[in-house]
Amino acid sequence: MTQDAIAADRSSVATGDVLYSIRDLSVEYGTRAGEVAAVDRVSLDIRKGEILGLVGESGCGKSTLGKAMMRMISPPGRITQGELWFAGEDLMTVSEAQMREIRGARLGMVFQDPMTSLNPLSKIVDHLTETITTHEPSVSEAAARDRAEQLIGRLGLRVERIDDYPHQFSGGMRQRIMIALALALRADLVIADEPTTALDVIVEAQFLDLLRELRAEFDLTIIMITHNIGVVAEVADRVAVMYAGRMAELGSVDEVFLDTKHPYGQGLLRAVPNIELDGSDLYQMEGAPPNLLHTPSGCPFHPRCPHVMPICSEREPAFAEVTPGHRASCWLFQEHDGEGER
Amino acid sequence: MSRIGILLIVLGGLAVLAAIGVGTAWLAVRRRRSRYAWFFLGMLILPLAVLALLPARDPVPVGAGGEVLVEVRGLRKWFPVQKGFIANLLSRGHTDYVKAVDDVSFTIKRGEVLGLAGESGSGKSTVGRLVLRLLDPTEGEVVVDGVDLARLDKENLRVYRHKMQVVFQDPLASLNPRMTVGQAIEHPAQIHLPDTTPEERKRLVFELLDAVGMSPPDFFYSKYPHQVSGGQRQRIVLARALITQPDLIVADEPIASADVSVQALLLELMIKLKDEFDLTYLFITHDLATTKYICDRIGIMYLGKIVEIGPLQEVFENPQHPYTRALLSAVPVPDPRHRRTEPLPTGEIPNPINPPPGCNFHPRCPIAAAGVCDGELPSLRPVPGSEDHLVSCHLRTGDHTHLDPARTGGPSA
Repeated sequence: MTQDAIAADRSSVATGDVLYSIRDLSVEYGTRAGEVAAVDRVSLDIRKGEILGLVGESGCGKSTLGKAMMRMISPPGRITQGELWFAGEDLMTVSEAQMREIRGARLGMVFQDPMTSLNPLSKIVDHLTETITTHEPSVSEAAARDRAEQLIGRLGLRVERIDDYPHQFSGGMRQRIMIALALALRADLVIADEPTTALDVIVEAQFLDLLRELRAEFDLTIIMITHNIGVVAEVADRVAVMYAGRMAELGSVDEVFLDTKHPYGQGLLRAVPNIELDGSDLYQMEGAPPNLLHTPSGCPFHPRCPHVMPICSEREPAFAEVTPGHRASCWLFQEHDGEGER
Repeated sequence: MSRIGILLIVLGGLAVLAAIGVGTAWLAVRRRRSRYAWFFLGMLILPLAVLALLPARDPVPVGAGGEVLVEVRGLRKWFPVQKGFIANLLSRGHTDYVKAVDDVSFTIKRGEVLGLAGESGSGKSTVGRLVLRLLDPTEGEVVVDGVDLARLDKENLRVYRHKMQVVFQDPLASLNPRMTVGQAIEHPAQIHLPDTTPEERKRLVFELLDAVGMSPPDFFYSKYPHQVSGGQRQRIVLARALITQPDLIVADEPIASADVSVQALLLELMIKLKDEFDLTYLFITHDLATTKYICDRIGIMYLGKIVEIGPLQEVFENPQHPYTRALLSAVPVPDPRHRRTEPLPTGEIPNPINPPPGCNFHPRCPIAAAGVCDGELPSLRPVPGSEDHLVSCHLRTGDHTHLDPARTGGPSA
């Protein structure tokens, strides 16, 4: 896809149907010191065909949210409340057996380190055919192999290499294989957790180009969980910023990057090193993300916020629309009867 | 083992030998076998003679204090590829080498920050280890402050090392989990500043904790590494590096494992410390965007070689090597309006055991000229119109510049 086509592509998905809807979801981890709310009452709609960037710093809950969407939270973690609506079905109510059908077949996941997701003793072709025949028992071994070969070829790998083992591939190629596994069953939604973090910049750029092509070709919806703000700016249509387990800001990539509302988002974006020379210094955000055992009262960002008002430590702001489609949980943009107006 | 311990063992051994000599000589005299007495007396004299004849140790070198702090010339590090017994027989003893670093030269001036950037496997970290002589080079010289490290014996190298310190990516792996923060920072001083008293060293640790922004120092002094955050751990590693009063710090991906907001703070701290303690940095990173905030000059590495080196501003604004151009263009920019300006090179970095002949970038290069780039090895030469901006490309400098499509009006690359 040409670089010019990207902009047009972005606007075309701005108004898609909702494919996956997270309603008021909380995930808690039991620790000796108490319950930690890694995801705290998060609501988010994922539109069909979009690439949604989910960003935040370590411990903000972005990976936990991704896993919760697959219902892959394992003890001591558990989903304490909320609904997960995927294509008209509440995933919180389906059985584990049904869930296993949905995972892989319709929800795919790609992790940061593909080597830990691939079986070192199985050939690439076996990974792919096993996935296909498990979920679609009617497909013959030979037909599955045909499909696997087509996919491998489409992802820019030489078809002969399908009989190689995972360790014989480079990091970038392994990540392509992971995508192939997600595409083997034509998943509707792929949740990619830091998929490019282990890749070098050129390989990363190649991978991002490929993702955009595949999205158009396979009618994919992609959630890109990453701490790399630059990657999101390059590939995402919409961006969600998380802080301390909650949603801080959500909007189109242009809105969030060029007209950032939440003070945390503003600080985060200005702290990102930018290779485009403009002579400006990096912004240094005060403080550190909070310990989730003792999340600050009110808005969790208020102890670090440069615009803090009395109400911020008292009441939690709603995750409300500032402009149509652009949400932020910040009192600066909401009516309140507290003192200290803007 | 400490030096004093070794000395005690050697002296003890000599004393035992001498005692045996005296004893047996006395016995021989008593039994009137005096011709043996001389032999046994010899055993007494010999150790003394050996002691007297021991060559005087080289004095510990002091730096020259010149303008250039680090000079690296023709550095090579080839790692032999281990093979199984059968494979070894079949190849008739022929050894393959991974040319991790292959003919690298550069200088770092005092007070300067040189960045070394490249993808994984480009050899940038190996260069850092060679500069510290944590690895012995296969070939080439590393001169730090006028002293050729290869000429130092083990003991003098150890003493001289206080001038060079290192900071790695993962501070948790660099800190002993059983040492408190205070102990960790003080430890190098116990080795390198043996004349200081414990009180002086503690005061020094407090000053350094303060300098790296860990205040109040007495709060952090007795904490353990697992009790502080990742960013704070890297601050501790920096403080520990500073206690020997080094001239040079090799920082190998020092901020790569930190979160975005912490990265900015650590970068700012490194810049502040550089001015405060008159430091010189070799800043090794895969993240080109961060080099912009701290480096004065930058070297771009590909497959063990520096392909381009020069003042940062010049390299970023006017990159010459096609690989540099591609690399700079591929860096994600946190601005949705930004578009890549260069086509991406196809494929990935080739196998460093069998690098392509000629310019080792030519199979991926968009402007490679057949018959030139795949044959001759290019060397680093100044870019026309600039003295300290060097590039290793046949089409940009030297005899083949007429083949450069940018010059002949073709598509630029």
